[in-house]
Amino acid sequence: MGTADVEAVWRIESARIVAALTRFTGDFGLAEDAAQEAVAEALVSWPLAPPANPAGWLMAAARRRAIDAVRRRTALQDRYALLAAGLAADAVDGEEIDPDRIDDDVLALMFVSCHPVLSPEARVALTLRVVAGLSSEEIARAFLVPVPTVQARITRGKKTIAAAGVPFELPPAAERRERLGGVLSVLYVIFTEGSTATSGDRLLRPDLAYEAIRLARTLAALQPDEPEVHGLLALCELTAARFPARTGPDGSPVLLDEQDRRRWDFSAIRRGLAALAKASARGLGPYGLQAAIAATHAAAPSVEATDWDRIVVLYEALGRVAPSPVVELNRAVAVAMASGPAQALAIVDELIASDLLPGSHLVPTVRGELLARLGRRPEARAELELAARLCANQRERSVLLRKAAALAS
Amino acid sequence: MPKYLLIMRGTDESNAAMMADIDEMMATTGQFIQEMVKAGVLLAAEGLDDPRQGVVVDFSGETPVVTDGPYGETKELFGGFFLLDVASKQEAVEWAKRVPAAPGAKVEVRRVPGSDEVPQVGE
Repeated sequence: MGTADVEAVWRIESARIVAALTRFTGDFGLAEDAAQEAVAEALVSWPLAPPANPAGWLMAAARRRAIDAVRRRTALQDRYALLAAGLAADAVDGEEIDPDRIDDDVLALMFVSCHPVLSPEARVALTLRVVAGLSSEEIARAFLVPVPTVQARITRGKKTIAAAGVPFELPPAAERRERLGGVLSVLYVIFTEGSTATSGDRLLRPDLAYEAIRLARTLAALQPDEPEVHGLLALCELTAARFPARTGPDGSPVLLDEQDRRRWDFSAIRRGLAALAKASARGLGPYGLQAAIAATHAAAPSVEATDWDRIVVLYEALGRVAPSPVVELNRAVAVAMASGPAQALAIVDELIASDLLPGSHLVPTVRGELLARLGRRPEARAELELAARLCANQRERSVLLRKAAALAS
Repeated sequence: MPKYLLIMRGTDESNAAMMADIDEMMATTGQFIQEMVKAGVLLAAEGLDDPRQGVVVDFSGETPVVTDGPYGETKELFGGFFLLDVASKQEAVEWAKRVPAAPGAKVEVRRVPGSDEVPQVGE
Protein backbone atom coordinates (compact mmCIF):
# COMPACT_ATOMS: atom_id res chain seq x y z
CA MET A 1 0.00 0.00 0.00
CA GLY A 2 1.37 3.38 -1.00
CA THR A 3 0.79 7.03 -0.16
CA ALA A 4 -2.30 7.24 -2.37
CA ASP A 5 -3.89 4.33 -0.50
CA VAL A 6 -3.25 5.96 2.88
CA GLU A 7 -4.69 9.22 1.57
CA ALA A 8 -7.77 7.40 0.23
CA VAL A 9 -8.55 5.82 3.60
CA TRP A 10 -7.86 9.12 5.34
CA ARG A 11 -10.27 10.93 3.00
CA ILE A 12 -13.03 8.59 4.08
CA GLU A 13 -12.18 8.40 7.78
CA SER A 14 -10.70 11.78 8.79
CA ALA A 15 -13.90 13.49 9.95
CA ARG A 16 -15.06 10.47 11.93
CA ILE A 17 -11.67 9.94 13.55
CA VAL A 18 -11.12 13.58 14.53
CA ALA A 19 -14.74 13.86 15.70
CA ALA A 20 -14.53 10.70 17.81
CA LEU A 21 -11.18 11.73 19.32
CA THR A 22 -12.44 15.21 20.11
CA ARG A 23 -15.38 13.60 21.85
CA PHE A 24 -12.99 11.31 23.83
CA THR A 25 -10.51 13.98 24.86
CA GLY A 26 -12.57 17.15 24.78
CA ASP A 27 -9.68 18.79 22.96
CA PHE A 28 -10.10 19.52 19.26
CA GLY A 29 -6.48 20.59 18.73
CA LEU A 30 -5.09 17.53 20.45
CA ALA A 31 -7.43 15.28 18.46
CA GLU A 32 -6.36 16.81 15.18
CA ASP A 33 -2.65 16.50 16.04
CA ALA A 34 -3.11 12.87 17.08
CA ALA A 35 -4.96 12.07 13.86
CA GLN A 36 -2.23 13.69 11.76
CA GLU A 37 0.42 11.69 13.61
CA ALA A 38 -1.52 8.51 12.88
CA VAL A 39 -1.55 9.35 9.16
CA ALA A 40 2.21 9.99 9.26
CA GLU A 41 2.66 6.63 10.97
CA ALA A 42 0.50 4.92 8.33
CA LEU A 43 2.57 6.43 5.52
CA VAL A 44 5.65 4.72 6.97
CA SER A 45 4.13 1.46 8.13
CA TRP A 46 1.51 0.49 5.49
CA PRO A 47 3.93 0.03 2.57
CA LEU A 48 5.82 -2.49 4.75
CA ALA A 49 2.88 -4.18 6.45
CA PRO A 50 -0.52 -3.45 4.93
CA PRO A 51 -3.19 -3.62 7.66
CA ALA A 52 -6.16 -5.97 7.24
CA ASN A 53 -8.52 -3.22 8.38
CA PRO A 54 -7.00 0.14 7.38
CA ALA A 55 -9.82 2.25 8.84
CA GLY A 56 -9.65 0.48 12.18
CA TRP A 57 -5.86 0.71 12.16
CA LEU A 58 -5.99 4.50 11.67
CA MET A 59 -8.56 4.95 14.43
CA ALA A 60 -6.56 2.80 16.86
CA ALA A 61 -3.29 4.57 16.04
CA ALA A 62 -4.87 8.00 16.40
CA ARG A 63 -6.46 7.03 19.71
CA ARG A 64 -3.13 5.73 21.00
CA ARG A 65 -1.43 9.00 20.01
CA ALA A 66 -4.16 11.00 21.70
CA ILE A 67 -3.78 9.04 24.94
CA ASP A 68 0.01 9.52 24.82
CA ALA A 69 -0.50 13.25 24.44
CA VAL A 70 -2.93 13.36 27.35
CA ARG A 71 -0.49 11.36 29.51
CA ARG A 72 2.33 13.77 28.67
CA ARG A 73 0.16 16.62 29.81
CA THR A 74 -0.82 14.74 32.93
CA ALA A 75 2.86 14.30 33.73
CA LEU A 76 3.09 18.07 33.64
CA GLN A 77 0.51 18.15 36.43
CA ASP A 78 -2.06 19.83 34.29
CA ARG A 79 -5.29 19.45 36.21
CA TYR A 80 -7.41 19.88 33.16
CA ALA A 81 -5.46 17.14 31.42
CA LEU A 82 -5.97 14.82 34.40
CA LEU A 83 -9.66 15.17 33.85
CA ALA A 84 -9.26 14.58 30.15
CA ALA A 85 -7.14 11.49 30.86
CA GLY A 86 -10.03 10.03 32.82
CA LEU A 87 -12.30 10.60 29.84
CA ALA A 88 -9.80 9.09 27.45
CA ALA A 89 -9.30 6.00 29.59
CA ASP A 90 -13.04 5.39 29.58
CA ALA A 91 -13.16 5.85 25.86
CA VAL A 92 -10.37 3.36 25.23
CA ASP A 93 -12.34 0.66 26.97
CA GLY A 94 -15.19 1.27 24.56
CA GLU A 95 -14.68 -0.58 21.30
CA GLU A 96 -15.32 1.08 17.96
CA ILE A 97 -16.92 4.41 17.09
CA ASP A 98 -20.42 4.77 18.55
CA PRO A 99 -22.62 4.72 15.42
CA ASP A 100 -25.49 6.54 17.12
CA ARG A 101 -23.28 9.39 18.11
CA ILE A 102 -20.81 9.75 15.25
CA ASP A 103 -23.17 11.63 12.91
CA ASP A 104 -23.73 14.34 15.53
CA ASP A 105 -20.00 14.39 16.26
CA VAL A 106 -19.11 14.90 12.57
CA LEU A 107 -21.72 17.65 12.44
CA ALA A 108 -20.26 19.22 15.60
CA LEU A 109 -16.85 19.06 13.92
CA MET A 110 -18.21 21.07 10.98
CA PHE A 111 -19.67 23.65 13.36
CA VAL A 112 -16.39 23.94 15.28
CA SER A 113 -14.33 24.26 12.06
CA CYS A 114 -16.64 27.05 10.85
CA HIS A 115 -16.96 28.76 14.25
CA PRO A 116 -17.41 32.56 14.14
CA VAL A 117 -14.38 33.13 16.44
CA LEU A 118 -12.14 31.90 13.60
CA SER A 119 -10.85 34.04 10.77
CA PRO A 120 -12.49 33.27 7.40
CA GLU A 121 -9.20 31.77 6.12
CA ALA A 122 -8.90 29.52 9.18
CA ARG A 123 -12.50 28.31 8.73
CA VAL A 124 -11.79 27.29 5.15
CA ALA A 125 -8.46 25.65 6.02
CA LEU A 126 -9.80 23.74 9.03
CA THR A 127 -12.90 22.55 7.18
CA LEU A 128 -10.86 21.23 4.26
CA ARG A 129 -8.23 19.65 6.45
CA VAL A 130 -10.32 18.18 9.24
CA VAL A 131 -13.71 17.48 7.67
CA ALA A 132 -12.71 16.88 4.05
CA GLY A 133 -9.41 15.17 4.93
CA LEU A 134 -7.15 17.22 2.64
CA SER A 135 -3.47 17.72 3.43
CA SER A 136 -1.97 21.17 4.00
CA GLU A 137 -0.18 20.72 0.66
CA GLU A 138 -3.44 20.07 -1.18
CA ILE A 139 -5.11 23.09 0.45
CA ALA A 140 -2.12 25.29 -0.38
CA ARG A 141 -2.20 24.15 -4.02
CA ALA A 142 -5.94 24.78 -4.25
CA PHE A 143 -5.69 28.34 -2.94
CA LEU A 144 -2.31 29.22 -4.49
CA VAL A 145 -0.74 30.05 -1.13
CA PRO A 146 2.47 28.67 0.40
CA VAL A 147 2.16 25.50 2.52
CA PRO A 148 3.49 27.25 5.69
CA THR A 149 0.66 29.80 5.33
CA VAL A 150 -1.93 27.02 5.43
CA GLN A 151 -0.16 25.35 8.35
CA ALA A 152 -0.07 28.64 10.24
CA ARG A 153 -3.79 29.19 9.63
CA ILE A 154 -4.58 25.73 10.98
CA THR A 155 -2.32 26.11 14.02
CA ARG A 156 -3.73 29.52 14.85
CA GLY A 157 -7.25 28.24 14.28
CA LYS A 158 -6.77 25.42 16.78
CA LYS A 159 -5.29 27.84 19.33
CA THR A 160 -8.21 30.21 18.85
CA ILE A 161 -10.71 27.42 19.44
CA ALA A 162 -8.90 26.41 22.64
CA ALA A 163 -8.46 30.00 23.85
CA ALA A 164 -12.10 30.88 23.21
CA GLY A 165 -13.22 27.71 24.97
CA VAL A 166 -15.37 26.64 22.02
CA PRO A 167 -17.25 23.56 23.23
CA PHE A 168 -17.44 20.43 21.10
CA GLU A 169 -21.19 20.22 20.71
CA LEU A 170 -24.03 21.07 18.39
CA PRO A 171 -25.01 24.74 18.75
CA PRO A 172 -28.02 25.33 21.01
CA ALA A 173 -31.36 25.50 19.19
CA ALA A 174 -31.52 29.30 19.38
CA GLU A 175 -28.19 29.68 17.57
CA ARG A 176 -28.50 26.66 15.31
CA ARG A 177 -29.88 28.38 12.20
CA GLU A 178 -27.37 31.21 12.31
CA ARG A 179 -24.41 28.89 12.92
CA LEU A 180 -25.59 26.65 10.09
CA GLY A 181 -25.56 29.74 7.89
CA GLY A 182 -21.91 30.17 8.89
CA VAL A 183 -21.09 26.61 7.80
CA LEU A 184 -22.94 27.10 4.50
CA SER A 185 -21.04 30.29 3.75
CA VAL A 186 -17.68 28.52 4.30
CA LEU A 187 -18.72 25.77 1.87
CA TYR A 188 -19.88 28.39 -0.62
CA VAL A 189 -16.59 30.29 -0.36
CA ILE A 190 -14.75 27.06 -1.17
CA PHE A 191 -17.09 26.37 -4.08
CA THR A 192 -16.87 29.84 -5.61
CA GLU A 193 -13.07 29.82 -5.43
CA GLY A 194 -13.29 26.58 -7.41
CA SER A 195 -15.87 27.84 -9.87
CA THR A 196 -14.25 31.22 -10.56
CA ALA A 197 -10.73 31.41 -9.23
CA THR A 198 -10.07 34.90 -7.90
CA SER A 199 -6.46 34.77 -9.05
CA GLY A 200 -4.04 32.72 -11.07
CA ASP A 201 -3.97 31.47 -14.62
CA ARG A 202 -6.89 29.05 -14.50
CA LEU A 203 -10.55 30.01 -14.50
CA LEU A 204 -11.79 26.84 -12.85
CA ARG A 205 -10.46 24.66 -10.05
CA PRO A 206 -12.87 21.76 -10.38
CA ASP A 207 -11.12 19.76 -7.65
CA LEU A 208 -11.82 22.52 -5.12
CA ALA A 209 -15.43 22.90 -6.28
CA TYR A 210 -15.73 19.13 -5.92
CA GLU A 211 -14.65 19.32 -2.25
CA ALA A 212 -17.37 21.87 -1.55
CA ILE A 213 -20.01 19.73 -3.26
CA ARG A 214 -18.89 16.68 -1.35
CA LEU A 215 -19.06 18.57 1.96
CA ALA A 216 -22.49 19.97 1.03
CA ARG A 217 -23.71 16.43 0.35
CA THR A 218 -22.43 15.33 3.75
CA LEU A 219 -24.16 18.26 5.41
CA ALA A 220 -27.40 17.52 3.52
CA ALA A 221 -27.24 13.91 4.75
CA LEU A 222 -26.66 15.03 8.35
CA GLN A 223 -29.15 17.93 8.32
CA PRO A 224 -31.86 16.70 5.92
CA ASP A 225 -34.54 19.02 7.34
CA GLU A 226 -32.69 22.25 6.59
CA PRO A 227 -33.90 23.60 3.21
CA GLU A 228 -30.95 25.95 2.71
CA VAL A 229 -28.47 23.06 2.91
CA HIS A 230 -30.27 21.51 -0.06
CA GLY A 231 -30.41 24.97 -1.64
CA LEU A 232 -26.63 25.32 -1.45
CA LEU A 233 -26.13 21.78 -2.75
CA ALA A 234 -28.50 22.50 -5.65
CA LEU A 235 -26.66 25.74 -6.45
CA CYS A 236 -23.29 23.97 -6.48
CA GLU A 237 -24.49 21.01 -8.57
CA LEU A 238 -26.23 23.25 -11.13
CA THR A 239 -23.26 25.60 -11.39
CA ALA A 240 -20.75 22.75 -11.68
CA ALA A 241 -22.93 21.17 -14.38
CA ARG A 242 -21.79 23.97 -16.69
CA PHE A 243 -18.05 23.49 -15.99
CA PRO A 244 -17.38 21.28 -19.05
CA ALA A 245 -18.68 24.06 -21.32
CA ARG A 246 -17.16 26.99 -19.44
CA THR A 247 -13.63 26.76 -20.77
CA GLY A 248 -12.31 26.25 -24.27
CA PRO A 249 -9.62 23.70 -25.17
CA ASP A 250 -6.94 26.28 -24.33
CA GLY A 251 -8.45 27.06 -20.91
CA SER A 252 -9.95 30.40 -21.91
CA PRO A 253 -13.38 31.24 -20.46
CA VAL A 254 -16.47 30.62 -22.59
CA LEU A 255 -19.32 32.88 -21.55
CA LEU A 256 -22.88 31.63 -21.10
CA ASP A 257 -24.15 32.87 -24.45
CA GLU A 258 -21.38 31.03 -26.31
CA GLN A 259 -21.43 27.78 -24.35
CA ASP A 260 -22.18 24.52 -26.12
CA ARG A 261 -25.05 23.42 -23.90
CA ARG A 262 -24.70 19.83 -25.07
CA ARG A 263 -21.54 19.74 -22.98
CA TRP A 264 -23.40 20.52 -19.75
CA ASP A 265 -23.36 17.64 -17.29
CA PHE A 266 -26.96 16.46 -17.37
CA SER A 267 -26.67 14.08 -14.44
CA ALA A 268 -25.36 16.96 -12.31
CA ILE A 269 -28.34 19.05 -13.47
CA ARG A 270 -30.67 16.24 -12.44
CA ARG A 271 -29.04 16.02 -9.01
CA GLY A 272 -29.27 19.81 -8.69
CA LEU A 273 -32.96 19.83 -9.55
CA ALA A 274 -33.61 17.04 -7.03
CA ALA A 275 -31.83 19.05 -4.32
CA LEU A 276 -33.74 22.19 -5.35
CA ALA A 277 -37.04 20.34 -4.91
CA LYS A 278 -36.03 19.57 -1.31
CA ALA A 279 -34.89 23.18 -0.80
CA SER A 280 -38.25 24.61 -1.82
CA ALA A 281 -40.26 22.64 0.74
CA ARG A 282 -40.85 25.77 2.85
CA GLY A 283 -40.05 28.59 0.44
CA LEU A 284 -36.59 29.31 -0.93
CA GLY A 285 -33.83 31.05 1.01
CA PRO A 286 -30.86 32.88 -0.53
CA TYR A 287 -29.04 29.74 -1.72
CA GLY A 288 -32.26 28.17 -2.94
CA LEU A 289 -33.11 31.31 -4.93
CA GLN A 290 -29.69 31.31 -6.58
CA ALA A 291 -30.15 27.62 -7.34
CA ALA A 292 -33.55 28.42 -8.90
CA ILE A 293 -31.82 30.96 -11.14
CA ALA A 294 -29.22 28.36 -12.14
CA ALA A 295 -32.05 25.87 -12.77
CA THR A 296 -33.77 28.36 -15.11
CA HIS A 297 -30.56 28.54 -17.15
CA ALA A 298 -30.24 24.76 -17.05
CA ALA A 299 -33.74 24.35 -18.47
CA ALA A 300 -33.16 26.76 -21.37
CA PRO A 301 -32.02 25.56 -24.80
CA SER A 302 -30.24 28.87 -25.49
CA VAL A 303 -29.62 32.34 -24.03
CA GLU A 304 -32.36 33.78 -26.25
CA ALA A 305 -34.86 31.13 -25.21
CA THR A 306 -34.15 31.65 -21.48
CA ASP A 307 -37.00 32.76 -19.24
CA TRP A 308 -35.31 36.05 -18.33
CA ASP A 309 -38.48 37.47 -16.77
CA ARG A 310 -38.41 34.63 -14.26
CA ILE A 311 -34.72 35.28 -13.60
CA VAL A 312 -35.42 38.99 -12.97
CA VAL A 313 -38.16 38.04 -10.49
CA LEU A 314 -35.82 35.60 -8.72
CA TYR A 315 -33.08 38.25 -8.48
CA GLU A 316 -35.61 40.72 -7.07
CA ALA A 317 -36.57 38.13 -4.43
CA LEU A 318 -32.90 37.43 -3.71
CA GLY A 319 -32.24 41.16 -3.37
CA ARG A 320 -34.95 41.32 -0.70
CA VAL A 321 -33.86 38.33 1.43
CA ALA A 322 -30.11 38.85 0.94
CA PRO A 323 -29.44 42.35 -0.39
CA SER A 324 -26.00 42.78 -1.93
CA PRO A 325 -24.47 44.90 -4.67
CA VAL A 326 -23.43 41.75 -6.57
CA VAL A 327 -27.03 40.56 -6.62
CA GLU A 328 -28.05 44.01 -7.87
CA LEU A 329 -25.46 43.80 -10.63
CA ASN A 330 -26.71 40.37 -11.67
CA ARG A 331 -30.26 41.70 -11.65
CA ALA A 332 -29.08 44.40 -14.07
CA VAL A 333 -27.74 41.73 -16.42
CA ALA A 334 -31.05 39.87 -16.28
CA VAL A 335 -33.02 43.08 -16.83
CA ALA A 336 -30.86 43.81 -19.89
CA MET A 337 -31.85 40.43 -21.33
CA ALA A 338 -35.53 40.75 -20.38
CA SER A 339 -36.16 44.44 -21.14
CA GLY A 340 -33.13 45.88 -22.90
CA PRO A 341 -29.80 47.54 -22.01
CA ALA A 342 -31.11 51.04 -21.24
CA GLN A 343 -33.08 49.98 -18.16
CA ALA A 344 -30.16 47.85 -17.01
CA LEU A 345 -27.70 50.71 -17.39
CA ALA A 346 -29.81 52.80 -15.00
CA ILE A 347 -29.44 50.06 -12.33
CA VAL A 348 -25.67 49.86 -12.87
CA ASP A 349 -25.25 53.65 -12.73
CA GLU A 350 -27.17 53.69 -9.46
CA LEU A 351 -24.78 51.06 -8.10
CA ILE A 352 -21.79 53.17 -9.13
CA ALA A 353 -23.32 56.29 -7.58
CA SER A 354 -23.69 54.48 -4.24
CA ASP A 355 -20.11 53.13 -4.58
CA LEU A 356 -21.00 49.74 -3.11
CA LEU A 357 -18.57 47.72 -5.23
CA PRO A 358 -15.42 49.83 -5.28
CA GLY A 359 -12.52 48.27 -7.14
CA SER A 360 -14.56 45.38 -8.55
CA HIS A 361 -13.96 44.49 -12.18
CA LEU A 362 -17.54 43.23 -12.45
CA VAL A 363 -19.16 46.68 -12.50
CA PRO A 364 -17.18 48.06 -15.47
CA THR A 365 -17.48 44.65 -17.19
CA VAL A 366 -21.26 44.80 -17.12
CA ARG A 367 -21.38 48.53 -17.84
CA GLY A 368 -19.08 48.05 -20.82
CA GLU A 369 -21.28 45.26 -22.23
CA LEU A 370 -24.41 47.40 -21.82
CA LEU A 371 -22.81 50.44 -23.46
CA ALA A 372 -21.66 48.25 -26.34
CA ARG A 373 -25.20 47.01 -26.83
CA LEU A 374 -26.40 50.63 -26.84
CA GLY A 375 -23.86 51.45 -29.56
CA ARG A 376 -21.79 53.75 -27.32
CA ARG A 377 -18.54 52.09 -28.40
CA PRO A 378 -15.79 54.46 -27.15
CA GLU A 379 -17.32 54.53 -23.64
CA ALA A 380 -17.84 50.76 -23.76
CA ARG A 381 -14.21 50.25 -24.69
CA ALA A 382 -12.97 52.45 -21.84
CA GLU A 383 -15.12 50.50 -19.35
CA LEU A 384 -13.84 47.12 -20.55
CA GLU A 385 -10.24 48.32 -20.36
CA LEU A 386 -10.88 49.51 -16.81
CA ALA A 387 -12.39 46.11 -15.99
CA ALA A 388 -9.32 44.35 -17.39
CA ARG A 389 -7.05 46.45 -15.17
CA LEU A 390 -9.09 45.53 -12.09
CA CYS A 391 -9.44 41.81 -12.85
CA ALA A 392 -7.02 39.46 -11.03
CA ASN A 393 -7.80 36.32 -13.05
CA GLN A 394 -5.55 36.27 -16.12
CA ARG A 395 -7.99 34.21 -18.17
CA GLU A 396 -10.85 36.60 -17.58
CA ARG A 397 -8.60 39.59 -18.17
CA SER A 398 -7.58 38.47 -21.65
CA VAL A 399 -11.25 38.00 -22.62
CA LEU A 400 -11.98 41.57 -21.48
CA LEU A 401 -9.02 42.98 -23.43
CA ARG A 402 -10.11 41.08 -26.55
CA LYS A 403 -13.61 42.52 -26.29
CA ALA A 404 -12.25 46.04 -25.74
CA ALA A 405 -10.01 45.70 -28.78
CA ALA A 406 -12.93 44.52 -30.91
CA LEU A 407 -14.77 47.75 -30.06
CA ALA A 408 -11.95 49.88 -31.45
CA SER A 409 -12.49 48.83 -35.08
CA MET B 1 -14.03 14.96 -11.93
CA PRO B 2 -13.95 11.29 -12.87
CA LYS B 3 -16.53 9.03 -11.38
CA TYR B 4 -16.21 5.34 -10.66
CA LEU B 5 -18.67 2.54 -11.14
CA LEU B 6 -18.49 -0.34 -8.71
CA ILE B 7 -19.94 -3.29 -10.58
CA MET B 8 -21.18 -6.21 -8.50
CA ARG B 9 -20.35 -9.51 -10.13
CA GLY B 10 -21.87 -12.42 -8.29
CA THR B 11 -21.80 -16.15 -8.87
CA ASP B 12 -24.74 -18.49 -8.28
CA GLU B 13 -23.15 -19.49 -4.98
CA SER B 14 -22.47 -15.93 -3.76
CA ASN B 15 -25.93 -14.79 -4.83
CA ALA B 16 -27.51 -17.71 -2.99
CA ALA B 17 -25.46 -16.89 0.12
CA MET B 18 -26.60 -13.25 -0.04
CA MET B 19 -30.23 -14.22 -0.48
CA ALA B 20 -30.14 -16.81 2.32
CA ASP B 21 -30.84 -14.06 4.83
CA ILE B 22 -32.56 -11.26 2.97
CA ASP B 23 -33.13 -9.14 6.08
CA GLU B 24 -29.44 -9.27 6.95
CA MET B 25 -28.47 -8.46 3.35
CA MET B 26 -30.86 -5.50 3.22
CA ALA B 27 -29.59 -4.19 6.55
CA THR B 28 -25.88 -4.39 5.73
CA THR B 29 -26.35 -3.00 2.21
CA GLY B 30 -28.52 -0.21 3.58
CA GLN B 31 -25.88 0.65 6.14
CA PHE B 32 -23.14 0.65 3.49
CA ILE B 33 -25.22 2.96 1.29
CA GLN B 34 -25.79 5.32 4.23
CA GLU B 35 -22.04 5.48 4.88
CA MET B 36 -21.44 6.53 1.27
CA VAL B 37 -24.28 9.07 1.35
CA LYS B 38 -22.87 10.65 4.51
CA ALA B 39 -19.41 10.74 2.96
CA GLY B 40 -20.93 12.69 0.05
CA VAL B 41 -19.75 10.22 -2.59
CA LEU B 42 -22.78 8.18 -3.66
CA LEU B 43 -24.51 9.27 -6.87
CA ALA B 44 -26.56 6.16 -7.67
CA ALA B 45 -27.02 2.56 -6.59
CA GLU B 46 -29.21 -0.18 -7.99
CA GLY B 47 -29.48 -3.91 -7.68
CA LEU B 48 -30.60 -6.05 -10.60
CA ASP B 49 -33.21 -8.79 -10.70
CA ASP B 50 -32.48 -12.48 -11.36
CA PRO B 51 -30.62 -12.70 -14.69
CA ARG B 52 -32.91 -15.53 -15.80
CA GLN B 53 -35.72 -12.96 -15.92
CA GLY B 54 -33.72 -10.81 -18.35
CA VAL B 55 -33.40 -10.89 -22.11
CA VAL B 56 -30.41 -10.35 -24.36
CA VAL B 57 -30.62 -8.37 -27.59
CA ASP B 58 -27.85 -9.63 -29.88
CA PHE B 59 -26.57 -7.42 -32.72
CA SER B 60 -24.36 -10.08 -34.33
CA GLY B 61 -26.63 -10.50 -37.32
CA GLU B 62 -28.28 -8.07 -39.70
CA THR B 63 -31.22 -7.56 -37.40
CA PRO B 64 -31.13 -7.64 -33.59
CA VAL B 65 -31.96 -11.10 -32.19
CA VAL B 66 -33.72 -11.31 -28.84
CA THR B 67 -33.08 -14.29 -26.57
CA ASP B 68 -34.25 -15.01 -23.05
CA GLY B 69 -32.03 -15.37 -20.05
CA PRO B 70 -28.51 -14.32 -19.12
CA TYR B 71 -25.76 -13.50 -21.51
CA GLY B 72 -23.48 -16.31 -22.74
CA GLU B 73 -21.62 -18.73 -20.54
CA THR B 74 -20.21 -16.22 -18.06
CA LYS B 75 -19.95 -17.55 -14.55
CA GLU B 76 -20.07 -14.13 -12.90
CA LEU B 77 -23.07 -11.99 -13.63
CA PHE B 78 -23.63 -8.27 -13.28
CA GLY B 79 -25.93 -8.00 -10.27
CA GLY B 80 -25.93 -4.34 -9.35
CA PHE B 81 -23.86 -1.18 -9.17
CA PHE B 82 -22.80 1.82 -7.12
CA LEU B 83 -21.84 5.03 -8.94
CA LEU B 84 -19.35 7.03 -6.88
CA ASP B 85 -18.00 10.58 -7.08
CA VAL B 86 -14.66 10.19 -5.32
CA ALA B 87 -11.33 12.00 -5.25
CA SER B 88 -9.17 9.16 -6.58
CA LYS B 89 -9.11 5.63 -7.93
CA GLN B 90 -7.67 4.49 -4.61
CA GLU B 91 -10.69 5.89 -2.82
CA ALA B 92 -13.01 4.02 -5.20
CA VAL B 93 -11.05 0.85 -4.44
CA GLU B 94 -11.27 1.51 -0.70
CA TRP B 95 -15.07 1.77 -0.97
CA ALA B 96 -15.14 -1.36 -3.15
CA LYS B 97 -13.35 -3.26 -0.37
CA ARG B 98 -16.18 -2.29 1.98
CA VAL B 99 -19.01 -3.56 -0.25
CA PRO B 100 -20.99 -6.21 1.66
CA ALA B 101 -20.43 -9.23 -0.59
CA ALA B 102 -20.58 -12.99 -0.12
CA PRO B 103 -17.56 -15.24 -0.78
CA GLY B 104 -17.00 -15.80 -4.49
CA ALA B 105 -18.44 -12.44 -5.54
CA LYS B 106 -16.29 -9.83 -7.23
CA VAL B 107 -16.53 -6.04 -7.41
CA GLU B 108 -15.16 -4.51 -10.58
CA VAL B 109 -14.02 -0.86 -10.33
CA ARG B 110 -14.35 1.09 -13.57
CA ARG B 111 -13.63 4.74 -14.20
CA VAL B 112 -16.34 6.91 -15.78
CA PRO B 113 -14.62 9.74 -17.68
CA GLY B 114 -15.97 13.25 -17.01
CA SER B 115 -17.89 14.98 -19.80
CA ASP B 116 -15.00 17.49 -19.97
CA GLU B 117 -12.77 14.63 -21.17
CA VAL B 118 -14.86 13.98 -24.28
CA PRO B 119 -13.06 15.60 -27.24
CA GLN B 120 -14.76 18.75 -28.51
CA VAL B 121 -16.17 18.51 -32.01
CA GLY B 122 -14.81 20.90 -34.61
CA GLU B 123 -11.92 22.26 -32.55
